[in-house]
Amino acid sequence: MMEIMEGSHAVAHAVRMCRPEVIAAYPITPQTHIVEALAEMVANCSLDAEYITVESEFSALSACLGASAAGSRVYSATTSQGLALMFEVCFNTAGLRLPVVMSIVNRALGAPLSIWNDQQDSISLRDSGWLQFYAEDNQEATDLHYIAYRVAEDKSVLLPAFVCLDGFILSHTYEPVEMLTQEQVDSYLPPYSPVQRLDSKNPISIGLFTSPDYYMEFRYEMDRAMKASSQVIREAGRRFGEMFGRDYSNLVEEYRLDDAECAIVAMGSICGTVKDAIDEMRGDGQKVGLLRIRTFRPFPGEEMKKALSGVSSVAVLDKNISLGAKGAVALEVRDALYGSGIPILDYIIALGGRDVAKKDIKSVVKMAMAGKGDLFYGLRGEVLG
Amino acid sequence: MTMTLGLGCSSRPGTSRVNRTGSWRTFRPVFLRDKCTKCRLCIQLCPEGCIMEESEGFPVPDYDYCKGCGLCAEECPAEAIEMQKEEK
Repeated sequence: MMEIMEGSHAVAHAVRMCRPEVIAAYPITPQTHIVEALAEMVANCSLDAEYITVESEFSALSACLGASAAGSRVYSATTSQGLALMFEVCFNTAGLRLPVVMSIVNRALGAPLSIWNDQQDSISLRDSGWLQFYAEDNQEATDLHYIAYRVAEDKSVLLPAFVCLDGFILSHTYEPVEMLTQEQVDSYLPPYSPVQRLDSKNPISIGLFTSPDYYMEFRYEMDRAMKASSQVIREAGRRFGEMFGRDYSNLVEEYRLDDAECAIVAMGSICGTVKDAIDEMRGDGQKVGLLRIRTFRPFPGEEMKKALSGVSSVAVLDKNISLGAKGAVALEVRDALYGSGIPILDYIIALGGRDVAKKDIKSVVKMAMAGKGDLFYGLRGEVLG
Repeated sequence: MTMTLGLGCSSRPGTSRVNRTGSWRTFRPVFLRDKCTKCRLCIQLCPEGCIMEESEGFPVPDYDYCKGCGLCAEECPAEAIEMQKEEK
């Protein structure tokens, strides 16, 4: 049924229908509305789950880790500094191979303090072993939660997953969302059946001390599972499309790329603006297209190579910056296209909630066509001297 | 060293004997019978509990578990234990 919902509430309702058994989270802007709504559902008995109130994000994810290790389907949500506080637990959750699903309502990291959107928070957890999905709109933000649970809990994956949605831009925006029914979700997402769990009647230890003789093998196994997840995501996305009509079988989305000379690469809500700008540029005869990354981890290198092989320049929009290097997305795009000779230019854009309009996208394309890039887009004059 | 690659480094309890921690060793204690007085101090001191007594009363280390800490050699009153570097 189509409903007009705030992004956060749409996500909360999607999560409810995934039947999490344990939820632990700590309120933080702009994520709060999601867990606020879930807490209300638990209090009203419309969701049969244990809601654990905690004193910090570190405890929130720790509680989720323990509950997941005990065999429950668990959920959390956070953003920015909250995710930073979870840093250690993120690595542990992945290393213990616990399929926790967590919404990241993307927000800039301090200092300076900012509550507004960019993607630095989740990007900074790039190497933690969590799958990372990025939603363009609230429809996708809800759908990706069903898919994330199905993929994370797949026996050949067993890794946790972030579902990332841009703070405020998506989380606080009301837009139409087609919500699945409980029956539909149940038919898509089977109950979680852990391959092992902490059980005093059948005891195991997990996350044991590992000497140099074995540590590397565990990291190798995680990397292998992450790479194998690409195919599981395609399958889960294809099945979702067959059942509900919205196809997510590709890790990337191509938009008007067929005959494009300049390709924009981006993730998340900015892609809506990019598509509008592309339509206008196409109307003016400019051959521009978009490659939207839906899955940053696993990184869709092969899809990228295939989709961008015919273009003459690539403009990457990075809502993050690996200080002293480049934006994280641009680095990976360069790696994927290594040897192709296609110029790949990076634009650090929209950090800390700086608004991006269609004219900015057009301006980036103009710069990319002229070979000008690898810069912070739209800096104030005073820092340029 | 043998260890099972359980998912998320998981294991059944009671596997201390399975994990042969002797692989951690850099120096290997060598017991010199001609100097040993069978005082049993090394057997009592060994933090790993891996020095046994053979039928004649001489101490015998279990190299599968000896981590090479050297405590036995340090404390031996008869200086009957030598730590020798082990090449692997």
